Amino acid sequence: MKSLMADETKPSEGQPPQPPTPPAKPAAKPGAKPAAPKPPAVMVTTPWEDELTRAVKERFGDGIVESVSYVGQNFWVVTPETAIPLLDYLKQEADFDYLVDITAVHYPKREKAFDLVYVVYSFARNQRVRIKTQIRDGDEPPTAVPVHPTANWLEREVYDMFGIRFAGHPDLRRILMPDEWEGYPLRKEYGIVQQDNRWVRENLEIESAQ
Amino acid sequence: MADATFLDSTELVLNMGPQHPSTHGVLRVILKLDGEKVLGADCVIGYLHRGVEKIGENRTYQMFAPYVDRMDYVAAVSNGLGYCLAVEKLLNVEAPPRAQAVRVILTELNRIASHLLWLGTHALDIGAMTPVFYCLREREYALNIFEKYCGARLTTHAFRIGGLQYETYDGFEEECRAFCDMFLPRVDEYEELLTGNRIWIDRLRNVGILTIEECKQFGVTGPVLRAAGAKWDLRKAQPYSGYEQYDFEIPTGERGDTYDRYLVRMEEMRQACRIIRQAVDKLPPGPIMGKVPKVIKPPVGEAYVSIEAPKGELGYFIVSDGSTQPYRLRVRPPSFVNLQALDRMCRGGLVADVVAIIGTLDIVLGEIDR
Repeated sequence: MKSLMADETKPSEGQPPQPPTPPAKPAAKPGAKPAAPKPPAVMVTTPWEDELTRAVKERFGDGIVESVSYVGQNFWVVTPETAIPLLDYLKQEADFDYLVDITAVHYPKREKAFDLVYVVYSFARNQRVRIKTQIRDGDEPPTAVPVHPTANWLEREVYDMFGIRFAGHPDLRRILMPDEWEGYPLRKEYGIVQQDNRWVRENLEIESAQ
Repeated sequence: MADATFLDSTELVLNMGPQHPSTHGVLRVILKLDGEKVLGADCVIGYLHRGVEKIGENRTYQMFAPYVDRMDYVAAVSNGLGYCLAVEKLLNVEAPPRAQAVRVILTELNRIASHLLWLGTHALDIGAMTPVFYCLREREYALNIFEKYCGARLTTHAFRIGGLQYETYDGFEEECRAFCDMFLPRVDEYEELLTGNRIWIDRLRNVGILTIEECKQFGVTGPVLRAAGAKWDLRKAQPYSGYEQYDFEIPTGERGDTYDRYLVRMEEMRQACRIIRQAVDKLPPGPIMGKVPKVIKPPVGEAYVSIEAPKGELGYFIVSDGSTQPYRLRVRPPSFVNLQALDRMCRGGLVADVVAIIGTLDIVLGEIDR
């Protein structure tokens, strides 16, 4: 099934491309049950309306593109320049003092190829929200370290895995991969068995690690 | 770390690890020292990086389930629970009550096993040889229950998306009860060895203090946060898998030092026993597998689900594109985030305390590096 999300093709794990799917089965016998309705190809969200999101919309206006929830989890889609001020606002004014996670999702076919996702939690409210923003490949979103020191390693990991450079980060180095490694493994074009041959040759003194 | 440190005559750079027994795996810490005083600690991690998140994008939802056990291999059952709950959230299904209760029992048993390994190795690092033998002896009973239940002792893959694959074996309830009866006096035994021990107190009191504010800044969760005085546990704050039915306390500390973290974990083992007893007593009959299709294709969407793993908040963020494989699978590991506070905790302390602080953070490198 072809979905409307920008890019669903998975790397083919280095195997030859799969043969095309066999032609559709002959028409169903009379009396057979009709096929189940196809699930929708976009995320079916519901609007998220409460005091918090009203206050945030009032404060940031057009910076908040969407405020929706999916499976009971609330998130905002915001413009890239709004993300850090919003984190700061939430920390100062709404007790969201715990940055749970920062991560990214790669959509290579989209013009804005990356989703940056911030997960924040408030101990006082016992509430968790996500902040999502879309950036282009090569954009340098501002760092969240001045607001939440824990962002330091989390952003280093995003840089290591996706190659997103955070402007103003105090110590932007690779964290899990070797320092000289080339390529960013969690990008979609990076195959699952791909490796940096030069690094492997020079550091492990073998031709291939596979 | 600045290259100029070598030029400063009062500063000494000491390399600790990656092959060092008290780093609990392949962790390398670059310490900046002024005599015995620690001026800073820089962690070098990634030696165990296997690309679990990349593998997740290239496996179907069921195929990936055994991989999560290899992250925090000391608490594999908790990893599996978090993953199953996250996929179930995307599928909008819930495990039946019996499956949830069995999940709670096994997860709490695993919490005890994880804390026992922590206690034994932590005490060994400090210089107490005896507890590790006692701890591994009791951990064996818990692992035997896992082995009888699902055939594996460490990387269990005990749960399936939607519930359980295996019904409990005959005598499961009795063995769990017998474990609790046996185990609670043993916790007192460990405490007799350590809690009032003068060397133990001297090595742990006021070492590696982390206040609530610092915990929040660094995103530190789990027993480290509770020892700083925050009464926060995801099992209470956002109950999952039926934890709201069980009666248990959240132990907290006052000072946020290494000694308090020790006390908090000891009490958590007792509370885990309490939960196991209640869950075994109330174990409901019924099916163990929810209504999950053979081919798991969650609708297009995303969800972040987290649980209280023995080390802190373990989160899974899964983006589904409607296919049989996750489009993106992010693991938020508690050890990775907690380790970041090591620099703050070591700073100003003595070099010998670094070992105590690494021990008290209770890190597992398999989970940090993934």
